[in-house]
Parts: sequence; structure tokens; C-alpha cells
Amino acid sequence: MAQQPLEGSQAIAQAVALCRPQVVAAYPITPQTHIVENLAKLIADGKLACELVSVESEFSAASVVLGAAAAGSRAYTATSSQGLLLMTEVLFNIAGLRVPLVLTCANRTVGAPVSLGNDHQDSMAVRDAGWVQLYCADNQEAIDTTIHAFRIAERCELPVMVCVDGFTLTHTLEPLEVPAQQQVDNFVGPYAFARTLKPTDPITLGTVLSHEFYPEVRHAHHRALLDAQEEIVAADREWHALTGRSTGGLLSIEGPPDAQTAILTIGSILGTLADAQAEYRDQAPAKLIKLRAFRPFPVDALKQACEGLRELVVVERAVSLGSGGIIAAEVRAALSEMSSPPRVHSYAIGLGGRDVPMNAYPKLVAAAQSESPPRFAIFDLQPAKLPAEDR
Amino acid sequence: MTLEQPTKSCSELRRAQPVFRGLEAGHRACQGCGQALAARLVTEAIGPDVLIANATGCLEVFTTAWPQSAWRVPWLHSVFANTAAVASGMEAALKAQKRNTKVVAFGGDGGTFDIGLQALSGMLERNHNVLYVCFDNEAYMNTGVQRSSSTPHAAETTTSPPGRERAGKRHLKKDLVTIIAAHRIPYAATATVAYPSDLRKKVRRGLQVEGAAFIVVHSPCPLGWGHENALGIEVARLAVQTGLYPMIELERGELVGAMPIREVHPVTDYLRLQDRFKHLFADDPRAREELEHLQELANHNIEVYGLRAQKPDRFDSEGADTVRRGGMRTA
Repeated sequence: MAQQPLEGSQAIAQAVALCRPQVVAAYPITPQTHIVENLAKLIADGKLACELVSVESEFSAASVVLGAAAAGSRAYTATSSQGLLLMTEVLFNIAGLRVPLVLTCANRTVGAPVSLGNDHQDSMAVRDAGWVQLYCADNQEAIDTTIHAFRIAERCELPVMVCVDGFTLTHTLEPLEVPAQQQVDNFVGPYAFARTLKPTDPITLGTVLSHEFYPEVRHAHHRALLDAQEEIVAADREWHALTGRSTGGLLSIEGPPDAQTAILTIGSILGTLADAQAEYRDQAPAKLIKLRAFRPFPVDALKQACEGLRELVVVERAVSLGSGGIIAAEVRAALSEMSSPPRVHSYAIGLGGRDVPMNAYPKLVAAAQSESPPRFAIFDLQPAKLPAEDR
Repeated sequence: MTLEQPTKSCSELRRAQPVFRGLEAGHRACQGCGQALAARLVTEAIGPDVLIANATGCLEVFTTAWPQSAWRVPWLHSVFANTAAVASGMEAALKAQKRNTKVVAFGGDGGTFDIGLQALSGMLERNHNVLYVCFDNEAYMNTGVQRSSSTPHAAETTTSPPGRERAGKRHLKKDLVTIIAAHRIPYAATATVAYPSDLRKKVRRGLQVEGAAFIVVHSPCPLGWGHENALGIEVARLAVQTGLYPMIELERGELVGAMPIREVHPVTDYLRLQDRFKHLFADDPRAREELEHLQELANHNIEVYGLRAQKPDRFDSEGADTVRRGGMRTA
């Protein structure tokens, strides 16, 4: 299939349109805005038959798509940063109601301090909301993952958050393959939500539940998320058969099979690190583990990927302040089940949009060999910029 | 040939007619709950072809203790503040699917006047084809009677207690209808459980119009207002007859109708029945001042909405709660 030059947001909007949502609701926020602008244009030009609800807040955007999905329509929203946090109450509610929805999070840091820069503080903050979270390494993955997301959401009755790095992906032009409508129709299928609200079969959704049943509902939701791993892998496998493209399912590994050092990361810095991996092949040989699914957290796949490793550097773009690395903490917990787990090094990098250059790669590999690595550190910290007492 | 004689009287036959009930008996509302009555009347008037979005609050809690539900209509509760937005989404979905089912949103005064006001304003501005019904019991009853912006001036709640320094709520009841009117939606009205046929008529009108409609229904809460359980209707009727709760209808923001008051009662007739105003009847100059203040607020309503009846009328505050049948049916 021919490639065409598209901006990330434009590509995501086209992928969403190919999935034929009937209701789209969103509120403008940088760097998400281009996605909904592109969708609005597709609707205005008659290329997508869809109700666009231009709401007065992200809180309402999430609520509108919830109402629409419950009333029997495929629905979509997108946001970033403060907007995602404003949605938080509804995000938990959507997941608890087990309503299938797709949300694109154009990842951006959360203020204060205010910054438009890209990191994962926003989506990481809502990791316990009960959504599937898939992170995209590039814009082709953003297209493909968006299409997977509708299928995964509707088959698992779970909402899916597709995380794409703000600016780095959303505002970057790349040559991309946009699949054919027929292909997507076959892959995603028509929207069918078993608990659609209809007067001929009235049901009550969102009831009060006592502790008599509450833990069981939580268990079922947790179970559904764990089981979604199969659907994530299956979607990727089938999409690969259709298009020849794989996004790696839950996670994927690149690099020399015998390397005993690996860098695990998430999102678009994988592109930089993959290029660096090739560049520094001889100087700093290491594997690169791309974590695509953060929720559900793929414990088994991760353990398998870490077999034979001595050093694992977890590089992430968010911090749990007062604790440290978010992904690293979960990785440490998962790998503790191994008989001889690698040492886990935890670093945050590129916070607030700070550029992650190619030479970060050999530095990270070198840091992995240090005698006593810090439990957690901000890798690209420039202490000279801080007053002495804050260093 | 002789005509078969009916074995039942007309009124018996009428009573034997099935009535659609959207909200069934057996829920867990308090005795004398005005909101339960209001919700039953409203859902009866709507009929079965509806989707309901319900805000957090008493109505949600007392009707849906899983695995039981008192609803015979499809019903969704999401969170407290987003009801109008959820209803907007339902309406957008039905429009996309070309289904004609009505969408109705239910919220209390907390969910409507306060925490859900932004979402409501958005829904009205976008003119979704949704009827929003607010059951106004003038405080946060679900959490144990805290003041809301709908609580009347000088009323006692747990967060506006009277004491040496205070005489109940310091602020005025928010004039929500004027805010709604400013959105210039096709239809808005105030109603009350004390006048069921008037309420039904307004619900039907609200569903009839194309676009957003809003009705606020004054719904007594015996627990929160501190009146006898059996007196809810009388209390609610007095709220209208004193001028404190004017019954009005607005189209595109313009006043098109008001229920005239045949016999204007002093506000004390209304206040005296409720413990939430008990402190206003103490021998205290400040209490007297607040009573005068409340009387002035009622007088103001009577003046701005022209509520004083010129001559007795079967749609006025004495006539409108009379149930008429057949040819005299007014609702």
C-alpha cells in the first residue's frame, strides 16, 4: 500500500474515521487539538457520518461519549494533560460501568509548573482507572493501535486509552500507510454493546452496590483487564496477517539475543533509542524492550523477555513523586517472581518535553554497569541549575 | 336487539385502565418523599419510550440498590456533575441512529443548581433535544441536609445552622430559572408536586418541543424541611400560594404563562409548618427582620411575574389541583 505524508494528528483522525464512530465529543487542548479539528473537517466534508458534540469541558466530553456508547453508538474522544485529569472521575466511572470507548491521550505533562511539553505524567496518573492503556512508539503504530483499540474495547467491554506522545508524534509529519476502509470494516466490525439502553428491554446501569457484592465486581473487572492481554495480542496478530505490520502486541524486543543488558521503555523515545541502538551497536550492545501495554501490565511476557538479562534499565517519562519510577516499580515487582532476576535501574528522562538525544543510549547502557545504581534518578537532570539545597 | 349494559361505572372503568409506571413502588424513599412522588408523576407523563440519565442523589440511591431496581425504563447513573452531558451523548447517539426515543435527565438541586450547572449550561447552549427535570428539595438531602445554592434564604440546614451569629442561610436562593431563561431554550418551566396535572402538562410540553427543555419541580423533603410526613402536598401548595415558589412557563426565555394565586397567603403560613424555619418564630428582632425579608421576596415574585389573580380561574392556585375528568380535563 502506498505511503502518504501525514501529520500524526491527521493520521489518528483518519484512523478514527475509518472505524466509523457515530459520536465524537472533545474539548480543545494542546497538543490534542489537531485530532479533533481533523475529525471536524472530515465530518464537515461529509466524509464521516457522525455527531460531533463540541462540549464545554473535558469532563463533559467523557460524559457525552459515555452516554452515547450506552445508548448504542460507537463513540470517541481525545484529550491531553489537564484535560485528562479533569475527566478523571468520569474515566473511573466509564471503566466501572464496563462501557467500550476509545480515547486518544496526546501525552503532555501536568502543571504546575505549566508546560506544553511531552511526558507521560497525565496518562500515568490515571493508570488505576480500569482502562486498557496502549502506548505508541510512532505514528504508524498510532494508526494501527487506534484501529485495534475499537476492536479490543468492544470485545472486552473495556475502555481503551491510546497514548501518543504530544508534539513528537501528534505534530510530526511522516510517510504513513492508511488502511483501506474495507479492511478496517472487516477487522473492527459493527458496534454491538450487549447492555445498550433501549426502551424495549429496560435495564438499570450505574446502580448502588453494597460490600456484599463490591469485591466480586472489582475482581471481575481486574480479571477482564488481565484477559484483555489475549485480545491485544490477537488483534496485533490478525492485523499483521492483514497488513504485514505488527505493533508488538504487549511488548516486543529488539537487539542482540545474547545481550545481558536491556533498556525497557515506552512511547516515542523508542524511535530515538532504536536508532541509537544501531549506531552504538559495537560500543554499547543492549536489547531494547518496547512496552506497549501498560494496562493490563504484561507480567508473564515481561518475565519471559527478561530471561537471561543481568541489567535492566527502565527509562520512563513520568515520576511518582515521593516514590520514584512508576513503570520501574511494577517491573521490579513482576521480576521478583523470577529465580534470577536482572538488577533493575530506574530512571526518568525527558520530563516536560526535554529532548532525549541519541547519546542518551550509551550513557544509559554505561549506567547499567555501575556498582551501586541509585534506586531512582532523573537521568538528564542538570543539578547546576538548582540551588544547592535542592540538588 | 338490546344493547349490553355495562357492568361497571365509568369511573371504575377509568380506574381499571392500565397506567404506565416508569418508577415502581417498593423503592427505599422516606415516607412522604416529595421527590419519589415527583419522579413517579414525571415518568408516568413521559411514557415508556425514553432513556433516562440520572444524577447522583437520593433518587439514584433509593431506587437502585443492586440487585433491585425500581425503574421500568432504561436508566443510567454516571456521576454527580455530568448528567446533562451524559444525556447530551445519549441524544447524539439516538440522532445518529435515527431513533426517536426521548432523552430525559433527572437531577436534584445540588446536581443542577450547583455541581452540574456547567454541564447543564452546555447542554442548553447546544440545544440538545433533551428534557432536563430538576427535583428541587432545596438542600443536599442525600448527604444529610446541607445547604445548596437552592436553599431558601434564612433556612436551617446542617451547614447553615442558626445560632447567636447567624439566622440560617445567609444567601438568597439562586434564581436558576432566570439563568436557564438566558439560554433562550425552547421551553422552561417551574412545577410542583402539589399540582400534578399542571406538572404532567409541563412534562408533555417539554417533550413536545424540538430542542432543550427544562423543568424544575418543587419537591418537599419531610426529613430535611422538618414537616409532618403527611403534609408534603400542603406545604408545597403553600409555597406557590405565598408567592415564594412561582409557577411559570418560559419560551425562548420569555414569560408565556404563570399560575395566578387566587388567595395570597402570608409567608408565615408556609414557614410555620417547617422546622427549618422554626428559628424565625423566636422572640428575636433578627428573626422578625428575616420574616419580613422573606415576605418581601414573595411580594417581589408576585409583582414581577404578575401572580395575583384578577378573578377566580380553574387554572389558578385553588383550581389547578382539582382533578377533572372527561370533557373538563384541563391537563
